[in-house]
Amino acid sequence: MSILAAESANPLIPPLGEIIIGLVAFAIVLLVFFRFIAPRFEQAFRARREAIEGGIERAEAMQAEAKAALEQYRAQLAEARTEAAQIRDQARAEGQQILEELRAQAQEESARIVARGEEQLAANRQSVVNELRGQIGALAVDLAGRVVGESLEDEARRRGTVDRFLDSLDGMSAGGASDGRTGSTVFVPGADR
Amino acid sequence: MTSSALALADVLAVEDTGGGDGFQAPGLSEFYPEPLAEFSLVGVDFAITRITLGLFVATTAMLVFMVLAARRPQIVPSKLQFVGESGYSLVRDGIARDVVGPKGLPFAPFLAALFFFILANNLMAIIPLAQISPMSRFAFPLVLALICWALYIYIGIREQGAGRYFKDILFLPGVPKAMYVLVTPIEILQNFIVRPFTLAVRLFANMFAGHMLLVVFSLGAVYLLSRDNFSIVFGPISALMAIVMTFFELLVIFLQAYVFTVLMGTYLNGSIEAEH
Repeated sequence: MSILAAESANPLIPPLGEIIIGLVAFAIVLLVFFRFIAPRFEQAFRARREAIEGGIERAEAMQAEAKAALEQYRAQLAEARTEAAQIRDQARAEGQQILEELRAQAQEESARIVARGEEQLAANRQSVVNELRGQIGALAVDLAGRVVGESLEDEARRRGTVDRFLDSLDGMSAGGASDGRTGSTVFVPGADR
Repeated sequence: MTSSALALADVLAVEDTGGGDGFQAPGLSEFYPEPLAEFSLVGVDFAITRITLGLFVATTAMLVFMVLAARRPQIVPSKLQFVGESGYSLVRDGIARDVVGPKGLPFAPFLAALFFFILANNLMAIIPLAQISPMSRFAFPLVLALICWALYIYIGIREQGAGRYFKDILFLPGVPKAMYVLVTPIEILQNFIVRPFTLAVRLFANMFAGHMLLVVFSLGAVYLLSRDNFSIVFGPISALMAIVMTFFELLVIFLQAYVFTVLMGTYLNGSIEAEH
């Protein structure tokens, strides 16, 4: 009986057949673990790690994108600000220029008006002078005739005394006129009397 | 008939005869059940007993479970995958990575195979109908221990070179020269004999003793209950002890599987990293 055999057997001395069975069984277990179970679980671990890292990467990319957008926005804002400042400066400069131009124009205009007034004044004076010259001649001859008691008209005409007198007057007035444009010096007959 | 059943018959037979030889304590015959099949292959005798059958069943069930768990790995694991994965991670991260060291991950499949093979076979100790662990047969722990022994020596030679590996074992660095008289024999004994032997015996003896405890308390309960004196009071206590010891056995089952694997991890660590 095996039971009787068992009583005398040493449990620390294993039968060879059992060792071989154990070897085979463990070899199969090893094979399945190395070929199938471990690679599958490692695959799951890797996929999980990648999923987590991928998520982090995606978040980082998104953050970088947002940052870039912010930078861009800031840059645009600064650009717009400088541009606005430029436009303002330019507008100011332009305004200044326009103002100056206008001022110059106004000055020119006023100068022209003044010149024209002076011209007109001169022309008026000339006409007054001419008119007066005629009248003074006639008056003087007339007056002299009355004083002398006879008509000197013919004599005067003949000799041209009036004209000579007036020419001498002219010469005097020309000398007086040279000291200024003051209207009062235009004609001073009183000085001769 | 199983040997435990035979023992039970013996216990009950005592009552029938009313003989004076009392309680027949279960003996070594527990571990030598009648072979279900016997054959001889190239001069080696094979005996398929219920313990051998237990080995097949446990190993197959464990492999089927792990294969199903690992079949379609998902990022978000199914319940089955989660259970299998947790077990695998326990060995992979807890032993291969943390005990063996940074170079330890390639050993994870080996260590996991070791752990789950021992665990599945140990569990046969308390699974009804089987109720004896194949690991209580010395052959199986011995096979595992010898494989581990060969592996850690091979890895030591591969990682450090034969000269360096054996030199470090024979002449432990950092030990005064005079101490080599004492240390060298101990180290040789330790590395080449004691380690595999203790590895095998620790597992074997735990499962052996655990089974003996369970059988003694179970048969004791039956015997005491069949007596008609005061022992009927102690019968239930014995039965309760059998149940308590079953839970204790469950603890031992996990612990021994883990201890075996962790020790192998530390041996591998010693082989990979230059000692001291």
